[in-house]
Amino acid sequence: MQLRSRDALDEYIRLYSKEVDAQKKKVLICAGTGCVAGGSLGIYDRIISLVKEKGVDCVVELADEKNGSQLHEASIGVKRSGCHGFCEMGPLVRIEPGGFLYTKVKLEDCEEIVEKTVLGDEFIDRLAYKQNGVIYKQQEEIPFYKMQQRVVLEHCGHIDATSIKEYLAIGGYRAVEKALFDMKPQEILDEMVESNLRGRGGGGFPLGKKWVQVARQSEPVKYVVCNGDEGDPGAFMDRSIMEGDPHRLLEGMIIGGIATGAHDGYIYVRAEYPLAVSRLRNAIKEAEEAGLLGDNILGTDFCFKMHINRGAGAFVCGEGSALTASIEGKRGMPRVKPPRTVEKGLFEKPTVLNNVETFANVPQIILKGAKWYKSIGPENSPGTKAFALTGNINNTGLIEVPMGTTLREIIFDVGGGIRGGKQFKAVQIGGPSGGCLVTDDLDIKLDFDSLKKVGAMIGSGGLVVMDESSCMVEVARFFMNFTQNESCGKCVPCREGTKRMLEILERIVAGNGRDGDIELLLELADTITSTALCGLGKSAASPVVSTIKNFRSEYEAHIKDKKCPAGNCKKLVVYSIDPALCKGCSRCVKACPVGAISGEVRNPFVIDSSKCIKCGACFTSCHFKAVKEG
Amino acid sequence: MNNNFMIIDGSPVPIEGEKNLLELIRKAGIEMPTFCYYSELSVYGACRMCMVENKWGGMEAACSTPPKAGMEIKTNTPRLRKYRKMILELLLANHCRDCTTCDKNGKCKLQELATRFDVHRVRFDNPKSEPLIDDSSLSITRDANKCILCGDCVRMCNEIQNVGAIDFAFRGSNMKVACAFNKPIAESNCVGCGQCAAVCPTAAIVIKDDAHLLWQQLNDNDTLAIAQVAPAVRVAVAKEFGYKGENVMGKITACLHRIGFDLVFDTATGADMTVMEEANEFLERLENGGPFPMFTSCCPAWVKYAENEYPELLPNISTCRSPMQMFAPVIHEQYKNCGKKVLSVAVMPCTAKKFEAARDEFKDENGKPYVDIVITTQELIKMIKQAGIVFEDIEPEAIDLPFGTMTGSGVIFGVTGGVMEAVIRRVSDDKSISALRNLAFEGVRGFGDIREFELPLKDRTLKVAAVNGLGNVAKIVERIKSGEHFDLIEVMACPNGCIGGAGQPFASTHEKHKRGENLYKADKLCTLKFSEENPLMKELYSGMLKGREHELLHVNYVK
Repeated sequence: MQLRSRDALDEYIRLYSKEVDAQKKKVLICAGTGCVAGGSLGIYDRIISLVKEKGVDCVVELADEKNGSQLHEASIGVKRSGCHGFCEMGPLVRIEPGGFLYTKVKLEDCEEIVEKTVLGDEFIDRLAYKQNGVIYKQQEEIPFYKMQQRVVLEHCGHIDATSIKEYLAIGGYRAVEKALFDMKPQEILDEMVESNLRGRGGGGFPLGKKWVQVARQSEPVKYVVCNGDEGDPGAFMDRSIMEGDPHRLLEGMIIGGIATGAHDGYIYVRAEYPLAVSRLRNAIKEAEEAGLLGDNILGTDFCFKMHINRGAGAFVCGEGSALTASIEGKRGMPRVKPPRTVEKGLFEKPTVLNNVETFANVPQIILKGAKWYKSIGPENSPGTKAFALTGNINNTGLIEVPMGTTLREIIFDVGGGIRGGKQFKAVQIGGPSGGCLVTDDLDIKLDFDSLKKVGAMIGSGGLVVMDESSCMVEVARFFMNFTQNESCGKCVPCREGTKRMLEILERIVAGNGRDGDIELLLELADTITSTALCGLGKSAASPVVSTIKNFRSEYEAHIKDKKCPAGNCKKLVVYSIDPALCKGCSRCVKACPVGAISGEVRNPFVIDSSKCIKCGACFTSCHFKAVKEG
Repeated sequence: MNNNFMIIDGSPVPIEGEKNLLELIRKAGIEMPTFCYYSELSVYGACRMCMVENKWGGMEAACSTPPKAGMEIKTNTPRLRKYRKMILELLLANHCRDCTTCDKNGKCKLQELATRFDVHRVRFDNPKSEPLIDDSSLSITRDANKCILCGDCVRMCNEIQNVGAIDFAFRGSNMKVACAFNKPIAESNCVGCGQCAAVCPTAAIVIKDDAHLLWQQLNDNDTLAIAQVAPAVRVAVAKEFGYKGENVMGKITACLHRIGFDLVFDTATGADMTVMEEANEFLERLENGGPFPMFTSCCPAWVKYAENEYPELLPNISTCRSPMQMFAPVIHEQYKNCGKKVLSVAVMPCTAKKFEAARDEFKDENGKPYVDIVITTQELIKMIKQAGIVFEDIEPEAIDLPFGTMTGSGVIFGVTGGVMEAVIRRVSDDKSISALRNLAFEGVRGFGDIREFELPLKDRTLKVAAVNGLGNVAKIVERIKSGEHFDLIEVMACPNGCIGGAGQPFASTHEKHKRGENLYKADKLCTLKFSEENPLMKELYSGMLKGREHELLHVNYVK
């Protein structure tokens, strides 16, 4: 397949969609990182061989009719799809038509699935998703999916992520076609500005504005760079797009090149995403072979080459100037600005730098128009946002909702509420750079501006939900530990300040907090926030500041009373024996590994807390609830 | 006043092409605290001490913010003071604080700013209270636990000197300045120029101290202690004693006698020999057709750099030894049978000379180095202070015989372009004063990175250039490799030449230029302008050096 013209693209899109339509059944096995880890690729192979064993025409790859292959009529399509988002329930298998979703599928279930659902039309209840006793047959009916609106993730889980033919079958590269043949670069820029698409990497800077600034630079060499260095703990929105719909990202970047006059694109992906790297490499190779990347795209004068750079795992390389330095082969450290990336970015040339999710929005805006895009979500933050939902919540996974959805809707409707019926306590939004939101904030609409007002940020989209058993000092310590480890070490406040904040937090959770530690933390936080060189440093103290603001009493309890109200900080737990309840059975004495419990049989026993290692063995061994934890 | 000004601490300050707020604030007479800003290095923006507050309460680093007309900033607000104190406290908390016994005590930027901002306590535990020394180099000593990671040394080594011996390694609070593979500096491609030490605000990199070795060997009746003093030293000493003198060679001579040297000579005399030899070699090359360009060989850091980076150019480097290494064998020959142990010491503006003195090429028939100890200008100043000499009061003394004469040609060796000018004086046909003056102002003099010009000689026109700063060498070598022709190139590793050597006391660029001008003044005051006019030359060449020029005055650097 070599698409040398607009007509050729059109012809092949028709051809492939006809072939896909001809498939009687489609079996989509999730091949996102989570399900792959759960063995989904084995399931994929198994289903193919089972279908073939039954003598049914099994289509793994769409055929080029032109090359003499026959169109498969009434065949079964078996596909490796992108991440469905419901990782909690993986490995996932979706069967179309019908939209059946099977969860937690095992290798031994394959035979039954092929037999009953693929070859027959029977639904296997056993493999369905169940919530509150209700069996959900169709994926779209499941509450987790029902509330979502998928724009950037629309293809994830619905097409084969490893085939450009599948992407073309659903009208792929139509946006590039439109941008090349029906629009002038200025019109693309106008459309992007009009759409008010804001950067999904955390800052929320309008993409259109950025592109316009790059386009007007007189320097002839420009670059389009995609930030795929998604580093927030627990966040995997960008990974899912790169793995599940890589061509969509390529398309967004090519359009960026057309609009700004750049001819080279760089995708910076963290090396911890090997699957994303291999899917992207495959996608680039396919697009090059099809004439959709490289010289004279679709027969026009426009040339665009795509490169992949793997990051070595430094969080700071998600910062624009550190990222470009890293691509250039230099140490990944942010530099002072100005000049800004739009003026002097990669190799000192004007550079468009957006993250994966942002680029993935572009093709749809080109195809459906800015007006359509602005109809989703609030005016100042239009569109949807993908979030990675993790923590003490029933449904963890990847979701996409319109901007402006409230936290309550996300946690209790999409997320299915707090796990184990516990109380909601807080949610950390924006990863290590963000803050925590509490019960009072549940009805805040999630968009760039309203979160800023409460001192939080949308960040790249990580949502870590915490219940009543989470210690907020420990949460702050966890994030500070992350930031401290990931500081590049360049500027003093971030390098030295985060180290000292971590030191203080560590001693507080270990029960060695001192008077004045809260004030010292806030003083350090103020200095770091006001003086650090880059965004990572400036926001490094946010988790601490917001937990102190919302849960100051927890800090005080740790420092003054040496107690962890959530009962989470092991070193602060004190075990004692209630003499009124103790029967003197000596069970606990035998359970204690360090001989910290003494006493005479039939008399109340005593725990020597200086010897106690807080293992909790006495607590679990006592039959009379006489051992107290607190 | 036009509209192109901004308000700094309430006063209007005109913007006159300043690249950043910090330069403008300095112009307004305010000394901004900073560890990592040097106008000659790229803006790094890491210490965050130069933050200023704008009228909306926003914080901006002055070093990296371009001035804008109408901008209003404050440089000293309660918030800024609080942040600066905290930054200093954080730095001190991670810094070996044995100030009283530290080399940089009283000269340390961290100490100075901590005092200035009233940092009286450090509320954090100090994990780096002991020194962590790398003394593998003959030129510099590093103490990682005194490093504040301002990156000045890294940028100096990479940007100005293009050596790249050191860089940052590891990240976050584990970050440190290190050589490749974390090896000791002596095993790196360090050329010993010491410019890293010259910009280090603390004692994380200091020049190797050999003064204590010297003290042990002075004032011994069985030892004949001989010192030679390099040209650049005489113009860099006075200021350290708060003395208003320009060229204090006479006082230095007197101090060295007082310290315990039996004989004090002037390396400018050695430089005269270098002029004789180098001019001859150049004329010979002109006759024999090369190899060109001929590079000067006086600078040991340059020689080392060429050995590391451009071994193919070694045949182009003049075979002449440096003035120190020409003079030292002559001194050796003169006194080897004096019946005493000879202690040959060189006082140099240079840290690389310490390394040069130890090279195998420069050892006598018994395998002993011709120069036993090299001390830098800084060590000399320290020794004068240790000896209790009141510099202001000491009477100048003359250079000792028999090597008591030198010419202006030798004296200007201390400034970039000086070696070249002296050689041109020697080879040029027209030796009139007006011709010399023309030559001086046609391009040889000045402090530009690469100064090139055409020199008419007999029936041809020669292309010559003077380069200072090793980073500029790479530029000119690139041009040579792409086919450009040069006949003679003078290279000095340190910016501005030896007057800006790392062994000199810390000085601003302006002060370094002043030193250069003072060397030219000293040349002006010399009755003898041409090396060949030095009566000593005639005496030496017809006596001790006769037939031994190559043995004593030349060297072949081979990789």
